[in-house]
Amino acid sequence: MSALEIAQQLKAKFADLVSAPVEFRGEVTLKVADAERIPEVCAVAKNELGFDYLVDITSVDNYGEDPRFTIVYELYGYGHCCHLRLKTDVSEEKSELPTVTTVWRTANWHEREIYDMMGVRFRGHPDLRRILMWEGYPYFPLRKDFPLSGKSSEVPDVAFTKTAPLEGGPFVTIAGGKDRTAREPRVRLPES
Amino acid sequence: MQTSTEVGYNSKIEGDVVVTRVDAALNWFRKNSLWPMPMGLACCAIELMAAGASRFDIARFGAEVMRFSPRQSDVMIVAGTVTYKMAMAVKRIYDQMPEPKWVIAMGACASTGGMYRSYAVLQGVDRILPVDVYVAGCPPRPEALLDALIKLQNKVAKEPALANQKKAGA
Repeated sequence: MSALEIAQQLKAKFADLVSAPVEFRGEVTLKVADAERIPEVCAVAKNELGFDYLVDITSVDNYGEDPRFTIVYELYGYGHCCHLRLKTDVSEEKSELPTVTTVWRTANWHEREIYDMMGVRFRGHPDLRRILMWEGYPYFPLRKDFPLSGKSSEVPDVAFTKTAPLEGGPFVTIAGGKDRTAREPRVRLPES
Repeated sequence: MQTSTEVGYNSKIEGDVVVTRVDAALNWFRKNSLWPMPMGLACCAIELMAAGASRFDIARFGAEVMRFSPRQSDVMIVAGTVTYKMAMAVKRIYDQMPEPKWVIAMGACASTGGMYRSYAVLQGVDRILPVDVYVAGCPPRPEALLDALIKLQNKVAKEPALANQKKAGA
């Protein structure tokens, strides 16, 4: 059974809630229209379609678009050895969706990381607190409007942060140069 | 450093005696038995372990006793990236070390924050501790760490040990 066939079975169970499966370079993605029903879709994927391993949950910040956040669930099944990707959108005003820890317990730490880095809350999570930064850190670092060099903050007796000196800017490779010299890391000037 | 003085003994009977100053003696004892407190946080810790293993023996310099207890060590080797989350713990461990104590900042991350110019990495452990020797490298070769240890030994040799000694009750 290929991944596309299993994805079509999932689509058949949910009709309008789930989009038609998109295949790109051998990877199948499904878009779930309503983030509130994602635990339902995941429960069906795990119990009926054999996706017993949650590989990862990650989030994308579409800064400037509405809805702002896309949450991506990577699924895998040891029985049929197929991958599947589920995507849902969450708007910035809402910033919340239900947890899937009831389906896969491993979602616990993935969701804590998304909360820590993006600020998206998970309703029903058993222990939603910061996992990489510390309690009381006031920002969400992986949002696109947060600078790489960080901002100053202080939580007394726990930790402090300061802005890191960037010395001219993030040194990044410039894609599509004619040769290596053109592509090498150098100061990236603003495109304006 | 040896001044010639008349010493009233016969070296053929009583054996060799070295006449020196208290400072020089104390420094010699200290520098040849610097017990490290390995604050091995990241990849530099692997090179620290390599320096402690048999090929690049750190025991030759008296430092094989890697005491993971700060109360029993002389020099803290900060090997690895110090994140802001870990910074307070590193400072607390440093405060628990008894005098005299020194710090070696091993590798780029401990010296200046390394390649991590970011929101989560402390840009150099010298922002919270007084560092005596910096070792460049990512990671520095074990020989570089041994070179740093030798530089630290030379630094210890020049200290006014007796003057630095804290008086009891002070």
